[in-house]
Amino acid sequence: MQSSNKLSTNCYHCGENCNNNKIRLEDKVFCCDGCKLVYEILNENNLCTYYDLNDNPGLTQKIKVRENKFSFLDDIQIQQKLLQFTDGKQTHLTFYLPQMHCSSCLWLIENLHKINKGVVASTVNFTKKEVFIIYQNDLTTLRKVVESLTAIGYEPHISLQDVEEQKIQFSEKSKLYKLGVAGFCFANIMMMSVPEYLVSDSILEKDIRSVLTTLIIVFSLPVFFYCASEFFVAAWKGIKNKYLNIDVPVALAILITFLRSFYEVFYGNGAGYFDSMSGIVFFMLIGRYLQDKTYQSISFDRDYKSFFPVAVNVIKENKAVPTPIENVKVGDTIQIYNNELIPVDAILSKGKAAINYSFVSGESMPVHVNIGEIIYAGGKQMDGAIELLVVKEVSQSYLTNLWNKDIFKHKEKKTNSFIHVLSKYFTLIVLGIAALAASYWFIQKEYTLMWNTITTVLIVACPCTLLLAATYTNGFVMNVFNQNKFYLRHADVIENISKIKHIVFDKTGTLTQNDSMIVQYHGNVLSLDDKQAIVAILKQSAHPLSKAIIAFLKIEDEFSIENFKETLGKGMEAWIHEKYYIIGSEEFVLNTKTSGKENSSIVFLKVDNQLLGNFTIQNQYRFGFNALIQSLKSKFTMSVLSGDNSAEKENLQQLLGQESEILFHQKPEDKLKYIQHLQDTKHLNVMMVGDGLNDAGALKQSNVGITITENSNNFSPACDAILDATQFSNIDKFIALSCKAQKVIIISFVVSFIYNVIGLYFAVQGILSPFIAAILMPCSSVSIILLTFSLIKLETARLKLSKPDKNHIM
Amino acid sequence: MFDIYNFAKVKMSVIIIMLVGSLIISLGFLMAFLWNVKDNQYEDDFSPSRRILFDNTTTEDKPTQ
Repeated sequence: MQSSNKLSTNCYHCGENCNNNKIRLEDKVFCCDGCKLVYEILNENNLCTYYDLNDNPGLTQKIKVRENKFSFLDDIQIQQKLLQFTDGKQTHLTFYLPQMHCSSCLWLIENLHKINKGVVASTVNFTKKEVFIIYQNDLTTLRKVVESLTAIGYEPHISLQDVEEQKIQFSEKSKLYKLGVAGFCFANIMMMSVPEYLVSDSILEKDIRSVLTTLIIVFSLPVFFYCASEFFVAAWKGIKNKYLNIDVPVALAILITFLRSFYEVFYGNGAGYFDSMSGIVFFMLIGRYLQDKTYQSISFDRDYKSFFPVAVNVIKENKAVPTPIENVKVGDTIQIYNNELIPVDAILSKGKAAINYSFVSGESMPVHVNIGEIIYAGGKQMDGAIELLVVKEVSQSYLTNLWNKDIFKHKEKKTNSFIHVLSKYFTLIVLGIAALAASYWFIQKEYTLMWNTITTVLIVACPCTLLLAATYTNGFVMNVFNQNKFYLRHADVIENISKIKHIVFDKTGTLTQNDSMIVQYHGNVLSLDDKQAIVAILKQSAHPLSKAIIAFLKIEDEFSIENFKETLGKGMEAWIHEKYYIIGSEEFVLNTKTSGKENSSIVFLKVDNQLLGNFTIQNQYRFGFNALIQSLKSKFTMSVLSGDNSAEKENLQQLLGQESEILFHQKPEDKLKYIQHLQDTKHLNVMMVGDGLNDAGALKQSNVGITITENSNNFSPACDAILDATQFSNIDKFIALSCKAQKVIIISFVVSFIYNVIGLYFAVQGILSPFIAAILMPCSSVSIILLTFSLIKLETARLKLSKPDKNHIM
Repeated sequence: MFDIYNFAKVKMSVIIIMLVGSLIISLGFLMAFLWNVKDNQYEDDFSPSRRILFDNTTTEDKPTQ
């Protein structure tokens, strides 16, 4: 027992390291009461299979959900917005549960009916991280359902966005339908074309031939009118905007093939090129499907609304009434609890406010606000419950205005992709060749041959193989990225990444880990008594520096303290065991004005008016940060923007090199302007790597905006790509693979160009038979696909990106 | 004597029968695929494969008592 106590054990519920083994139940150890509570509920309901399916499947419950948090769900107005269907007896609705991550979660949530008897069914969609719940109104309520989910550690995410607008259901279904139909028709047309090629006219009887041809035409109709419709729509949009987009040549080729084939069939010249046409459509659809695969659990378009709560407690006649946020009026008094976001601009009227504005400004240290001072929307209260007097409604608040500012509005990024450029020239060249060949036959007065030549040239030289090369390469790269938890908004981002010249990093939350700090102590050695006294004092404060030092000292027992006094944001003083302790900032402890260098991350300690030493607290940089910087240094210029103080400046400058710009105290607008400056005056393609809403403008302005997120279900601002924080050190590899992908596309272009030259050689002479066309077309498509696939696989293996890490999934 | 013309005729009508048969079968597969898509079977590729491994818990109705 003694020895096992010394070993650090992991929490039975969440697997987190337990510093002390105080919280136990039978033979199980828990890191916090929250985790233990969840275990008890599950144990009571015979649901411990949860722990058998995976080890430590839970998530830490250290942050307790306050009681009555969901009282707003009793409000009928809010309920109506969340429910999908109700007939008074049964109610259907869907919740988003970002915590869902393994088969245990799946199992537990689908057994919700054992905990809440009113639940009839709960069905999980794991990829979307959603649960569809049916409950009986006479046995339970919406609030109780949410509370039972919360009790077992799966608090549904209910935000203002859910209430305000209905989510657009992104469905890949229509694409799959088209793909299925195209594949079916393609295969049948191919099969029925075989006798046409292989059997000579004398044997193939007329009526059988006409049966086959009719069937081929019947099968080609859905391909042309249904499956290929998206190419025509996109091409038409392009032409309407006077822009020769990538779909124009494809649509043109499909159209001409279709018409020419009809012509041939009616004049009895053969079965036409229906097989080629359906083949083109089928392969293109597969490519598009691969490339445009959407990530259902990830949203790239979040704005402040998905961070905001649905309702707050408004105090009316000494009673807290949950009120939908849009109904909060100027002059109302609202209640905000620990760890909650403040949705409106308001004046502090009661309580101790420590506001973390990292969401808005990126500054990680909380700001202490005195009663009567203003607190802006977007701040997070860190220190107990407070009451606020609303001065501006949600729609008028500082944050909403910031978000709605013109510069923050999305500008359509003009992508002048080289594939587009190339396909444009390619189309022009093909049209030129067709015209030349036609005029040759025109002079020779071979008019039928002339028309034959024009159409076959256009059919054979269809840019589809070129486009297939690009679509499939992008599709394969997206797949590799996806496995490495790097999610792109769409395939064009790959090319944008490959053009990057400059990388801008945000500091707080991007380069540094949010909740992990390194503490160092300099000065006289601290006795055990001193340590215990310090911990006792620091425990009185909610400041993150205090918490970091407590974690550093690793002391369990505390002394009782007398005459404690805290000066908010500066420091604390107290008498313990006849000793007088002062802990706090340099200014507070030493009474000296802060010397030029900023040092808000140094905490000084004075005992009985004698300086004992100081604690230096540094943010911990993400794992692999040094190696990443070293590898990026040679290829890109870099800069770091931070909303924070400049305490880290020297350290960063050394890492990044002298030529890199490192700027501090950057407001969201400053970040955006800095990126604009780089783009306009230095003409650089900029990649911005950020995390919070404070980077939102910069992320949009940059050529490629990447959001780092601690867990990919978390909420991130609008951006081009989302990167899981654990993969941060792979950024250089992602860039390298994107560059390589462009090379692969070019190689495939060359190969498909050779195919085209062979095809054209026959076509201009007017001797290309449907037989050769039928062989050439699938051969070129399939070989291009195989080529891009193997090249990307090879490169992935070389970059060591090929091993997706699949932990925690059974 | 062997009549090439009649032989071809018989062979070809057999081909038509085979064709109809193969079309029916492939149409069946197409329908099955469209049905799958409609039934959301491609929406979530994680839960169904795990659900089947759980011991009859999800199908078990209201607990006794």
